[in-house]
Amino acid sequence: MRLFISPTDGVPIYMQIVQQVRRLVASGELESGEELPSIRSLADTLVINPNTVARAYRDLEAAGIVTSSRGLGTFVAATDQSTAHGERRSVLKERLNALVVESHQMGIPLAEVQEMLNESYAAFLAAQDLEVPRG
Amino acid sequence: MAELILEVKNLVRTFGRRRAIDDISFTLERGSVLGLVGQNGAGKTTLIKHILGLLRAENGSVRVFGLDPVADPPGVLSRIGYLSEEGDLPLWMKVEELVRYSAAFYPGWDPKYAEELQKQFGLSSDSKLGALSKGQRARAGLLCALAFKPELLLLDEPSSGLDPVVRRDILSAVIRTIADEGRTVLFSSHLLAEVEQVSDRVIMIDGGRIVLNDDLSNIKEAYFRIDIRFEANQEVPPTLPGSIHWEGKGKDWTVIWAGDQSALTSAVCALKGRILTNRGVSLDEIFVAYAGGCTQ
Repeated sequence: MRLFISPTDGVPIYMQIVQQVRRLVASGELESGEELPSIRSLADTLVINPNTVARAYRDLEAAGIVTSSRGLGTFVAATDQSTAHGERRSVLKERLNALVVESHQMGIPLAEVQEMLNESYAAFLAAQDLEVPRG
Repeated sequence: MAELILEVKNLVRTFGRRRAIDDISFTLERGSVLGLVGQNGAGKTTLIKHILGLLRAENGSVRVFGLDPVADPPGVLSRIGYLSEEGDLPLWMKVEELVRYSAAFYPGWDPKYAEELQKQFGLSSDSKLGALSKGQRARAGLLCALAFKPELLLLDEPSSGLDPVVRRDILSAVIRTIADEGRTVLFSSHLLAEVEQVSDRVIMIDGGRIVLNDDLSNIKEAYFRIDIRFEANQEVPPTLPGSIHWEGKGKDWTVIWAGDQSALTSAVCALKGRILTNRGVSLDEIFVAYAGGCTQ
């Protein structure tokens, strides 16, 4: 599991772990049933407080992203297609929320943001030589 | 509630006319890491000396493991692993002599663990401490502070002037200490990135007083750095509830601010201002905001 922690980031470290694990699960890089490193070993690898890792794992468990059983370890929870899609949406939603707040604070109206989003998306597809996904 | 390893109540200490410690109270629970930060001369080392029983409380009280460290030094010191910036090591000793010497002090000394640490740190038994590099001396001091598996690990500016590899060893030791259940760490540092990396809780001292004492995650979730543009030039920093420190001039100002985000936008609007950017802050920025004066 590859995580990148930046202690001086404005986001608390436990939250950075939660967000990154959610993204890894949503993108399929972590598959359901896969075992997460133990609290101790992740704390050791990242040189961060084990209590912080424990808090992140608790939050992930409460959100249904992982399951843990004492003595056995922490595993990525089994998810069906629609939950996985819902999870991808909620990861994206966090970013959209930040975008909405920022655009509001900068005084850029929603219609203009939507227009910018369309432009960015079209430019991305053109650069990748892709077609618009269906459905 | 978890057991209190440390309980400091209304501690006061004056040196001449200066109040080095000015009514400090806090507690530290078993199993957590407390980062103590503050400028040079803020009172960190004086506070640590009280915990070690080297200074008597002028006013108020200090309890470590429920004991008075001045009245019962062996009861307290035999359970604290202490490493200071200076190291305080007998420089004429060889590493093996230091290990034997330290082992004699602590009933809980674990020779196997000591050996393991010595190997890991690359300290050869017959090197004289005085001939070691600063980093290796710090590792030797760390070995002595860790090898008896103390209940409380107390590090006073352990990383000062050390290279990143040694600093990482020290932080890893903090992590491993806390990973062993029931052990507690207090460390003071002015390298705030380190404090952010390993602490559960942070106490910030300025001028002998506590200006901030909270869980690190709460701190990170409450403090923001906000860039604001005002319609009109501001001669003095504007009044905004929750602001800690302002910087700027004319129409453009930046504020370190703590509080509830939902109230922020309307408060700034009322000042005829517009928020340009709003982001979380590092402990370093909060520290500078508190220590830099211009507080509202």
